[in-house]
Amino acid sequence: MTTQAPPQAPTSPAPTAHRRRSARARAGWLAALALLLALLMAASVAIGSRDVGLDDVLAAFAGSPEGFDQAAVAKRIPRTLLAVLAGAALGVSGAAMQGVTRNPLADPGILGVNTGATLAVVVGIAFFGLTSATSFVWVAIAGAAATALAVYTIGSLGHGGTTPLKLALAGAATGAALSSLVTAVVLPRGDIAGGVRSWQIGGVGGGTFASIEQVLPFLVAGFALCLLTARGLDSLALGDELAAGLGERVAAMRAVASLGAVVLCGAATAVTGPIAFVGLVVPHACRLMIGVDHRWLIPFSAIAGAALLTASDVIGRVVARPAELDVGIVTALVGAPFFIMIVRRQKVRAL
Amino acid sequence: MSVLAPARPTRGATTAARVAEARRRRTARRRAVVVVLLALLVLVYAASLMVGHTFYSPSEVLAVVLGQDAPGASFTVGRLRLPRASLAVLVGCCFGLGGVTFQTMLRNPLASPDIIGISAGASAAAAFAIVTLSLTGAQVSAVAIAAGLAVAVVIYLLSYRGGVAGTRLILIGIGVAAMLDSLTSYVLSRAAQWDLQEVMRWLTGSLNGASWPQALPVLAALAVLGPLLLLTSRDLSVTQLGDDAASALGVRVDRTRLVVIVAAVGLISFATAAAGPIAFVAFLSGPIAARLVGPGASLLVPSALVGALLVLSADFVGQNLAGTRFPVGVVTGVLGAPYLIYLIVRTNRSGGSL
Repeated sequence: MTTQAPPQAPTSPAPTAHRRRSARARAGWLAALALLLALLMAASVAIGSRDVGLDDVLAAFAGSPEGFDQAAVAKRIPRTLLAVLAGAALGVSGAAMQGVTRNPLADPGILGVNTGATLAVVVGIAFFGLTSATSFVWVAIAGAAATALAVYTIGSLGHGGTTPLKLALAGAATGAALSSLVTAVVLPRGDIAGGVRSWQIGGVGGGTFASIEQVLPFLVAGFALCLLTARGLDSLALGDELAAGLGERVAAMRAVASLGAVVLCGAATAVTGPIAFVGLVVPHACRLMIGVDHRWLIPFSAIAGAALLTASDVIGRVVARPAELDVGIVTALVGAPFFIMIVRRQKVRAL
Repeated sequence: MSVLAPARPTRGATTAARVAEARRRRTARRRAVVVVLLALLVLVYAASLMVGHTFYSPSEVLAVVLGQDAPGASFTVGRLRLPRASLAVLVGCCFGLGGVTFQTMLRNPLASPDIIGISAGASAAAAFAIVTLSLTGAQVSAVAIAAGLAVAVVIYLLSYRGGVAGTRLILIGIGVAAMLDSLTSYVLSRAAQWDLQEVMRWLTGSLNGASWPQALPVLAALAVLGPLLLLTSRDLSVTQLGDDAASALGVRVDRTRLVVIVAAVGLISFATAAAGPIAFVAFLSGPIAARLVGPGASLLVPSALVGALLVLSADFVGQNLAGTRFPVGVVTGVLGAPYLIYLIVRTNRSGGSL
């Protein structure tokens, strides 16, 4: 991952004043982020409503947990892994969506795509008797894709094409519509696993090794698709005409990158439920660190997203002790101010 | 659909006569709409008193309403259905009035209190007051109002950057609403017992367990703040012409705005403290009323009636027509969200202001 982009002449695509950053600085940031993520993962395994000692943690990793403490740790391991994977998926998905739509407010949560995936899964369970985790993932990806298409179409109608504001409004409206539908579908069926709550507020508490195994191939595929198009996304930032002039096949590239983004957020949502704002905050924060080059931005977003979601999960477990707060609540509390900040900085023109 | 009465030039009519004629026609139409809405409201109100798990005949219901003792019906109708239906009407009026006031003032149908986070703020505060602080009655309403006003001020300040742009205010409001909804979830999850009914109430709005003590503060708020809003309705519609034109026409713009904001937020907060932020009612009432009444007339009374009708019928549907008993907010949410999308599509296509 680190050796991927040679430092030769980054194309410096954004119209904003973008300083070139040396590969060394980037590698430094990457190492720092990776260290942070490792620390957070350790914290996530060690901290929870039950305090455990270091030897318990080590013993649980060695397998065959004995006693409550080690069992608690053993339960936290898949949960931590899920937080890392889902966070990485959402972060990369957000970065790709922002690149494809050239829109700073794009985020799978804000655009309603995660809610679309949730609705698809819920409808599948309630009306079509879906049970296997693999089918959840496929259905979730289909739902996410349909929602993304619909929102993008709604947001780009009319003259002036897709503006950030139109897209964000269309996404918020669609999200509201879909979450009402999710409630309406789930409410009469107490039998749907986890009930209403887990389908309305995303959480990683239900992570098991089995569910992680189910989504892992999809996450890998989505990540690969996004990385493949990273260079194209850089050209796209110059505008469609220029990108075509530089030899990109704009439509195909857009389609591939969108597919990657949708697969990532759909698969993540199938296990965790809708989690918003991770995909918004992470790419922006990464751009501050390493600039706008997507070949760096995408791996960075993955690590930073994983760190953010793991941290949010730990926070959610600490503040509400002995109960816990779903990670979706924490990310909204952390992410919404960020959203507001971006909206304030945007030059607003009337719709 | 409102065709802007094109005032067909009758032979020999002067301009003044044509204008007078058009105005007369609009007034007549508005009056007709109000009468029809009132009639519908009475019908649905009566239906929701009669229909339910057990059906009671109109005479039984009437007896209960008049205070006589009817075996069986006294409890079901008098203690359960009557407060519920009355609360639905009151809350609907409040949401309709508050919503259309904001939409008129900010000149944008998306700027309704339930979209820009004012209802969410009142709801989070009410949930906090009830669940965590164990307050009741008027105290809850007070906390909800304080929070609603605070959220309104915060959103205004956050979206102020050399003037307030409507779209920025709406987007910032959406962000604030997302945060406040999470806060509500947080408060409820701290309460240890994650009771589904409570949650639905504070997240989408519900009339379950409605009682007279809940309805009374709403009634008081409506009785005080409703007339206040109606008194300022003329000034309010003048401010739609823009601040400069309005002050040139003799409207004290700042004072009008202050009075209107406080009154509207008050209505919304009282209603939210009683029944939760019933999804999309404040947002829907104004535009629906505008369609019915046509341009150029004050929308306050019609949209209050539309709001009441929406809440009452949605509750009726949620209680009786679906397989499960849905809280009213779920029904209005499912109905309202597509309309929101339609509104955005239409705006984008026409390219005009919302």
